[in-house]
Amino acid sequence: MLDYILRRVLYAFPILLGVNLLTFGLFFMVNTPDDMARIHLGAKHVTQEAIETWKREHGYDKPLFFNAEAQGVAKAADTLFVEKSLKLFLFEFGAADDGRDIAREIQTRMWPSLAIALPTFLVGLLCYVSFALLLAFFRGGALDTGGVVLCVALMSISGLFYVIGGQYLMGKLWNWFPISGYQPGWAAWPFLVMPVIVGLVAGIGDSTRFYRALFLEEIGKDYVRTARAKGLSEPRVLFRHVLGNAMIPILTGVVVVIPRLFLGGLIIESFFGIPGLGSYTIDAIQAQDFAIVRSMVFLGSVLYIIGLVLTDLSYTLVDPRVRLE
Amino acid sequence: MRAAMHGRWTRGWLGVIVAALLAGCSGPVNSPYAPGETERTVLFTAFGERPKHLDPARSYSEDQYLFIGNIYEPPLQYHYLKRPYQLEPLTAAAMPSARFFDAAGRELPADAPAAMVARSEYEIRVRPGIRYQPHPAFARKADGSPRYVPIDPRELAGIRRFQDFAETGTRELTAEDFVYQIRRLAHPRVQSPILGLMSEHIVGLKELAATLAEEAKTLPRDAYLDIGRPAFEGAVVVDRHTYRVRIRGKYPQFLYWLAMPFFSPVPEEAERFYRQPGMAERNFSLDWQPVGTGAFHLAENDPNRVMRLRRNPNFREDFYPSEGEPADAGAGLLADAGKRLPLVDEVVFTLEKEDVPYWNKFLQGYYDASGISSDSFDQAIRIGADGKPDLSPEMRERGIALSVAARPTLWYLGFNMADPVLGGTAERARKLRQAISIAVDYDEFISIFTNGRAERAHGPLPPGIFGHREGAAGINPVVFTWDAERGEARRRDLAEARRLLAEAGYPNGRDTATGKPLTLYFDTMASGPEAKSRLDWYRKQFAKLDIQLVVRSTDYNRFQDKIQKGNAQMFEWGWNADYPDPENFLFLLYGPNAKIQGGGENASNYRNPEFDRLFDQMKNMDNGPERQALIDRMVEIARADAPWVFAFHPRSFGLRHGWVMNAKPNQMAHNALKYRRVEPAARVAYQTRWNRPAWWPLAASGALLVAVVWPALLGYRRRQRATMREAADA
Amino acid sequence: MKPVILWSDALLFLMLAVILLLVWLLRDQESLRAPWRRVMRGRMGAASAVILAVYVGIGLLDSLHYVERLPDAEPGQAAQYSGEVRSALDALLTPLREQVEKTYSAPFATHLYVKEAVTGPDGVDIRDYPRLRHGGAHLVDPVAGFWPDVTWRGLLGLLGGGVAWGLLWLTLGRSPGSASPGRSAMWTTLLAMFCVTGLLVALAPHYHVFGTDKVGQDVLYLSLKSIRTGLMIGTLTTLIMLPFALTLGIAAGYFGGFIDDVIQYLYTTLNSIPGVLLIAAAVLVVQVQIETHPQWFETAAARGDARLLALCAILGLTGWTGLARLLRGEALKLRELEFVQAARAFGVRHARILARHLLPNVMHLVLIALVIDFSGLVLAEAVLSYVGVGVDPGMNSFGNMINGARLELAREPVVWWQLAAAFVFMFALVLSANLFADSVREALDPKAKK
Repeated sequence: MLDYILRRVLYAFPILLGVNLLTFGLFFMVNTPDDMARIHLGAKHVTQEAIETWKREHGYDKPLFFNAEAQGVAKAADTLFVEKSLKLFLFEFGAADDGRDIAREIQTRMWPSLAIALPTFLVGLLCYVSFALLLAFFRGGALDTGGVVLCVALMSISGLFYVIGGQYLMGKLWNWFPISGYQPGWAAWPFLVMPVIVGLVAGIGDSTRFYRALFLEEIGKDYVRTARAKGLSEPRVLFRHVLGNAMIPILTGVVVVIPRLFLGGLIIESFFGIPGLGSYTIDAIQAQDFAIVRSMVFLGSVLYIIGLVLTDLSYTLVDPRVRLE
Repeated sequence: MRAAMHGRWTRGWLGVIVAALLAGCSGPVNSPYAPGETERTVLFTAFGERPKHLDPARSYSEDQYLFIGNIYEPPLQYHYLKRPYQLEPLTAAAMPSARFFDAAGRELPADAPAAMVARSEYEIRVRPGIRYQPHPAFARKADGSPRYVPIDPRELAGIRRFQDFAETGTRELTAEDFVYQIRRLAHPRVQSPILGLMSEHIVGLKELAATLAEEAKTLPRDAYLDIGRPAFEGAVVVDRHTYRVRIRGKYPQFLYWLAMPFFSPVPEEAERFYRQPGMAERNFSLDWQPVGTGAFHLAENDPNRVMRLRRNPNFREDFYPSEGEPADAGAGLLADAGKRLPLVDEVVFTLEKEDVPYWNKFLQGYYDASGISSDSFDQAIRIGADGKPDLSPEMRERGIALSVAARPTLWYLGFNMADPVLGGTAERARKLRQAISIAVDYDEFISIFTNGRAERAHGPLPPGIFGHREGAAGINPVVFTWDAERGEARRRDLAEARRLLAEAGYPNGRDTATGKPLTLYFDTMASGPEAKSRLDWYRKQFAKLDIQLVVRSTDYNRFQDKIQKGNAQMFEWGWNADYPDPENFLFLLYGPNAKIQGGGENASNYRNPEFDRLFDQMKNMDNGPERQALIDRMVEIARADAPWVFAFHPRSFGLRHGWVMNAKPNQMAHNALKYRRVEPAARVAYQTRWNRPAWWPLAASGALLVAVVWPALLGYRRRQRATMREAADA
Repeated sequence: MKPVILWSDALLFLMLAVILLLVWLLRDQESLRAPWRRVMRGRMGAASAVILAVYVGIGLLDSLHYVERLPDAEPGQAAQYSGEVRSALDALLTPLREQVEKTYSAPFATHLYVKEAVTGPDGVDIRDYPRLRHGGAHLVDPVAGFWPDVTWRGLLGLLGGGVAWGLLWLTLGRSPGSASPGRSAMWTTLLAMFCVTGLLVALAPHYHVFGTDKVGQDVLYLSLKSIRTGLMIGTLTTLIMLPFALTLGIAAGYFGGFIDDVIQYLYTTLNSIPGVLLIAAAVLVVQVQIETHPQWFETAAARGDARLLALCAILGLTGWTGLARLLRGEALKLRELEFVQAARAFGVRHARILARHLLPNVMHLVLIALVIDFSGLVLAEAVLSYVGVGVDPGMNSFGNMINGARLELAREPVVWWQLAAAFVFMFALVLSANLFADSVREALDPKAKK
């Protein structure tokens, strides 16, 4: 077990290195440090000298991969790649291009993200599974057919419509919740309900259909028929056997996304003014703050790898036959 | 029957939830503020983008001045009520007086010609008794040494938020602090955006910057750099409350600069405090936590969510002005005359990136004031039969008030004068530019995209700036003719534009030599779907002359790059006045300021020797008929050469709720918040009235759910019974 | 007139040609025809196929580009062409394209949506809603004449559509063949399509059926033009993704070992980066390339097209991992089957085994994945445009429409028609794509059969 985890962690390194190489290449092709300097120095009265100074101050005045002027190890070490990319491995995100500390920002911003993403995820899982069970229970009936058609219809609507419509109805027309914004601590809940509801509704079609298919597959298996033949009532069969067995693929399917919940939702957060990591990322993309984007890409990859490891571990928990070697 | 009962039960259950919700909060359920917050004398407003800098030596944009303008106090300010804009002392005891010297150091009389003046000297006396806001940088131990400098790393480890510094202190403002800030403009790590410009004017600033940059290279990156040590004759302390600034030649516009945050005082203690190891990682820096003498201090700084300005407890005695324009008394703007400032305890800025929620929250009463986006215009404003804007009945019913102000801003469509097709001094290119000036109908632009909230521009100078002319004398004869009967300018006919185009060698938009259609390129930083309709409009304008327009939209820095290198052909840009002087607009066309060679602000790279000569003459003159004559001549040259299509001067429309008092738009002053007053009781009453929630959709969706599931359940039961019967029968 | 072939047009027609060729080559293989017949026999499958075909038709019409020849300025000069690229669809919709109002007008409106200074009959300026330049301009009395005119034209259009449908049915519909629910569904959907088309043909030249946008362009025209963008993203992306997914996925499964390790490493790395971030970064790179090389593109259309292609390429290059993983798993299974093992034992070359035994056996998976991905890609375009890394802002697309319409919702009275039009057109496209995908999956996937 420990062995296995150690191996996974070691395997993570080449992946993260690949991620870093990729993003480094992309971002230093897009924006030369000169361009970055110009964005940050503002519009009026900028001179080339000011740009050079800015680059020096932010450590962008080094060569990309090989520093011919340096001596010995520094030839490879005193470069942008080592400074800006490899240091991420130590979780040293450094300062954003606007001078603010990224690690600190991530620490404060991940909580609002989680406050939206976790309820959406948990309540969503609960809702979707129950709806799917409901449909599976009435399978073949009018409710099931109508439900599936509704699911497909809901799936066919762009997520943007849900966000726009939800904000318009619940915020503007019915005065239920603040239209946008956030407060820390327990005062956050009125701000959370609307994004969570919108997130739930946006995901309902896709997930319900997916889980329903899962249940139907399970219902078609022999053991269900046996159970029914033994005279168990339908609800009992559904809850005890079908749900229990379908839980394995459901759980292992969702575990991989749990760590990523920290990153929050890009669209939802920026629409509802939630100061989370999602809106941080969008802002960074729009402001072309590549130090932040690099850090977020790296963080996303790390969380994904953690998710993979957790998935493997959860297999062993729900299914004792699986052993990790 | 049973289904109906079930429905009633659902509704009752919902009622309980609703009651619980209502009990939880005292105000409306959709209030974005803490309970009771709107009942205090607090002003609620919003900011659109996290301010990048709060360092007065560094910030240079409206959104940053929104904060630091109310925290830092430069020597001068613009009078809040008087128009035209008028400077008055703020932290200075009196308006500074200038003395002029020639190259040999002899003093010259005040009316000496500008050419003789080698150096001017401004002596500024600081008002005594002004104290800084409470700040840990001023905290002292019992022995008088600084409490937090040097700070014990172990102590700093326990400090996460700025509020965790338990002890604070204050001290009196001295002339030293002003001089220190001028030195900070040259600080290599501050990177002041006006360093380049000021180096030309302030004696020795360039040398100071070079010395400091050298020194900084020898030091590790985050070490403290003592900028007070190198010799600097540009700004010197005379005594505790007096300092002098030395300027190269004559530069009367310097007084305007003294009203900008760049020249407000910064205490050296703050630099010493913030430049300690470990501070920057916690975002403790002058860029993040200002130290000022103003009416407010930054009590909470969470640019991801909210910024709070709170009343500065050490604020000196400062009073609401008792004179203004004649109409001000009638508008209630003098009701608070003589009252001690500030009039509110706190100003809450909430982050609001998008227009739509901002506008909706304003209508709900959660923001005290708002601008009007083009999309909400029809809801807010009715244009009267006389063409004057007025509030719509809906707004009036809500007690909302409107204020209109001309902005000292110019929008223009620039031609790159270095471009082979459009640029240059050849008659051919000039006619082409003139033809385009006529064809691009900015009157239509104003009506579609700004809802008429702009004035068409006839030249580079906006109204309210010295040199601007109204009426028949002010029209641009290249584009307009004067219709004496109606008393307004009339755009020249499109036929005339086509004639000019033909004379330029492009009859019907076709090159006479090759027959090729004329294709022009338009560079813009407007991208995103919102800009699409505007770009479509531009295409339509050029199509009127059968010119093909290719739009190259790009992001801001690429755009800057293109302009810098002279790669653009046509571009759309605007200029916001730094100060209300014609020099600040005409210098945009001054040859030596060209972007390509000089990296200046002349983005069109326009160069006309006559214009440049007149500019050199005009720039240091005092306002008067002589200056007006020079300006008239310059504007005339610019119109004929047409390096720009003069587009429009926007007018800003502001809305505010009836409970906000003393809001007079002042486009130059950045410290207007101290004059504002609110009436919280009225605010709370309106907010409650405007935000009654509608709960019926909840009940309706509950009922719908029941209506769907119930029959299905019944059907299932029936089926179940049937199978059981079958089983029994078998 | 001179035809212009944009890169995306070329790729689209290439793809179309390949599909037609394949259909023609394989037309006699009963095992391949059967599932498709099953698709078309189902109600959902047939109906959604008809709707999709209409969309594809519009998209194809919009892909036949040309530039117009300008009248000779002087005799004897070489022919000169306009810089504006148009398509066959533009030519068909000329009245819609050219009937531009000043600014907003509601669907079927005869007056502008905003008040303006209008010179009244007595010569005094008043603020009122001015008449539209084109919408309902033929009406003498816009109030009393409106309903009779609309009803009359509408009935005429419906009748025309019905008659056209009847003619078609008389010529084709009565041919002998098994009557299936799919067949009747197909004809019913066709009837509906004809009626809608008839209505639009009768009404759209005289009214703005979906209103006009901020600069007065007809929203129906914008929506129809957006269809091509959606289809392109949905199809070209898969075209670009397919070679990667197929070769890498099957190779990883079939060869195993080191090759498998490398390919797995590749896709885990790509997968581990949050999708939007990766796409955003890549789109920004391409944008810079386009900006810095204006000489590559003669027209605005070519620039927009390059950006669209680049977006498809990026979506394809980042999106192949899912299908590749699926194919790898399938290839792992197939590799162990007896006939593959036997072929290997006989020393058949790898290429031949792959082409003969593996590829045909995973094709159903590929097809299912493609139809399912299609709707997702159409939806993704809208979201990417919101983030600012979508298609060229000057291009008509559903994402750009929704994004622009977002601000209109804050207007009072609200401007809802652009959002509504985008919603209706997008919903119909994605819904029929989803339903079609379901039918295909049911017909092709042996596991999905119940």
